[in-house]
Amino acid sequence: MSDHDHYPDEHLRRILRSVKTIAMVGASPDWNRPSAFVMEYLQSKRYRVIPVNPTAAGRTINGETCYAALTDIPQESAGRIDMVDIFRRSDKVGPIVDEAVAIGASVVWMQIGVRNDEAAAKAEAAGLTVVMNRCPKIEYGRLHGELSWGGFNSGIISSKRRKLNV
Amino acid sequence: MSEDTKGKPRQPGFETRAIHAGAPPDPVTGARTMPIYHTTAYVFDDVEHAASLFNLSTFGYIYSRLTNPTVAALEERVASLEGGRGATATASGHAAQLVAFFALMAPGESFLASRKLYGGSLTQFGRTFAKFDWHAIFVDPDDPENFARALTPNCKAIFVESLANPGGVVTDIEAIARIARDAGIPLIVDNTLATPYLCRPIEWGADIVVHSTTKFLGGHGNAMGGALVDSGRFDWAQNDKFPALTAPEPAYHGLRFYETFGDMALIMQTKAVGLRDLGPALSPMNAFLTLTGIETLPLRMQRHCENALAVARFLEAHPRVDWVSYAGLPSNPYAALARKYMPGGAGAVFTFGVKGGYDAGVKVVESCELLSHLANVGDTRSLILHPASTTHRQLTDEQRTAAGAGPEVVRLSIGLESVEDIIADLDQALGLSATRP
Ligand SMILES: Cc1ncc(COP(=O)(O)O)c(C=O)c1O
Repeated sequence: MSDHDHYPDEHLRRILRSVKTIAMVGASPDWNRPSAFVMEYLQSKRYRVIPVNPTAAGRTINGETCYAALTDIPQESAGRIDMVDIFRRSDKVGPIVDEAVAIGASVVWMQIGVRNDEAAAKAEAAGLTVVMNRCPKIEYGRLHGELSWGGFNSGIISSKRRKLNV
Repeated sequence: MSEDTKGKPRQPGFETRAIHAGAPPDPVTGARTMPIYHTTAYVFDDVEHAASLFNLSTFGYIYSRLTNPTVAALEERVASLEGGRGATATASGHAAQLVAFFALMAPGESFLASRKLYGGSLTQFGRTFAKFDWHAIFVDPDDPENFARALTPNCKAIFVESLANPGGVVTDIEAIARIARDAGIPLIVDNTLATPYLCRPIEWGADIVVHSTTKFLGGHGNAMGGALVDSGRFDWAQNDKFPALTAPEPAYHGLRFYETFGDMALIMQTKAVGLRDLGPALSPMNAFLTLTGIETLPLRMQRHCENALAVARFLEAHPRVDWVSYAGLPSNPYAALARKYMPGGAGAVFTFGVKGGYDAGVKVVESCELLSHLANVGDTRSLILHPASTTHRQLTDEQRTAAGAGPEVVRLSIGLESVEDIIADLDQALGLSATRP
């Protein structure tokens, strides 16, 4: 299994550049939940985010229909799911990762505090890329200089002019 | 440059971060030093963008009482040097202390603080905080167990200085951090006099570091400022002592800072609530001066320490001097702690006792021609002060002695001038102190 304590910046950049559609498992219809902040942020960065949550299935969250399970997302309207972002407890991750493999996602991303090495090994064996215990909003913000706006330590040292992302 | 060949994140060195952290080239103009963004406010893209910013659901600037790009560059730089998750800069060191405690305390609650602190902090904690019904319990820090003994159930933090102003006292951070951890409360360390170049309290278990950047970080005596750095390691949800971080915040539609921002919670709270409502924002101009100062921090601290050691040795051998309290002298009771916590040097602020008591102390201070008689430390210029008649004046005799500021005590902040000149000036001033006025 690959190193899940450190992810090189370039590796995360590649993932965030390659992904277009993200299924968010554990997305909340309550706008003030952490998952809703992440969904709204990723949408503002032009990702398509499809919410998955059995308790909110059929409802619309931020303009997108919510589905009960990854396997319920209709191919015709959603197209290919590139990445599955998981807002669930570590011990609930196994079956979600199996579904992510089944629907042909190429990245499984587990949020801060979520880590399941067994599920990760399975996904990697099936050819998926796995990121654990990180938040795509924070990593996107960090790599694009936005986290620094809040006085956070981005760990980035560079003498290159950052491209403005328009 | 953040990865080595094996792809493991590689941390650039301290000197590199002192120059570069927080300040990549300006993305719009390519300006290489950090621009001074002298603006009070920032335009919104549209109403939706404004709403996201006000809800804290996206990153961005609203108003410079909360955040400002030049100030943020300083925050990231200080956070990087201390090894923290992030930082919040404030208008002064005292403001950083206020904003830090504001996140932790409620009326009727208390905290433990070292008795050996900068006199202004003793007054802020003991008198002004009492008006908020926050109660400081002062403890002799030389035996860390004193903190364990003084703990009460409503204690919310322990506060110490790594290298205490004025007396050259070095605190056993690791031992006190253990006591704080067992009590489920954060250890706050004022690292002003040591700076992260000499000591990094987070590496020894501190949870929060505060600074008066007015001092060595800025380093040139030209800009007030403060900062608090959060390690990001404290589990705010381990007990119910910290509702400002764990309970719904009514001013943000019931958002819970710790749940939403995780290890970024304290820094978000100190900006979105602390700076927003208390108001002590740092000016962008002062942030710029401080950023520029920090670029030479490693070089300056080396020379500050070398000069201070030479002056301390000179004073120790001087017939008009009773004692010298500099932890860099092998004879000093804090020498072992200094070797452990600040192996690069024991800083440049220390005290000595002049023979002849209060009057002789005043005479030395008033007779200096090169050393400046003023109430500050951490300048390129050498500074001298008689604490009993100035910074520690508000305290009782007993408090003054406990804080290392008795009647005969003279405090020095050794600068970067030719060390022979500093020594010659002190020598002539000590000579004059022997003569009756
Ligand atoms: C150790 C220490 N902490 C805090 C402060 C307060 O900082 P400021 O004067 O920037 O408010 C000072 C100032 O002398 C200090 O020496």
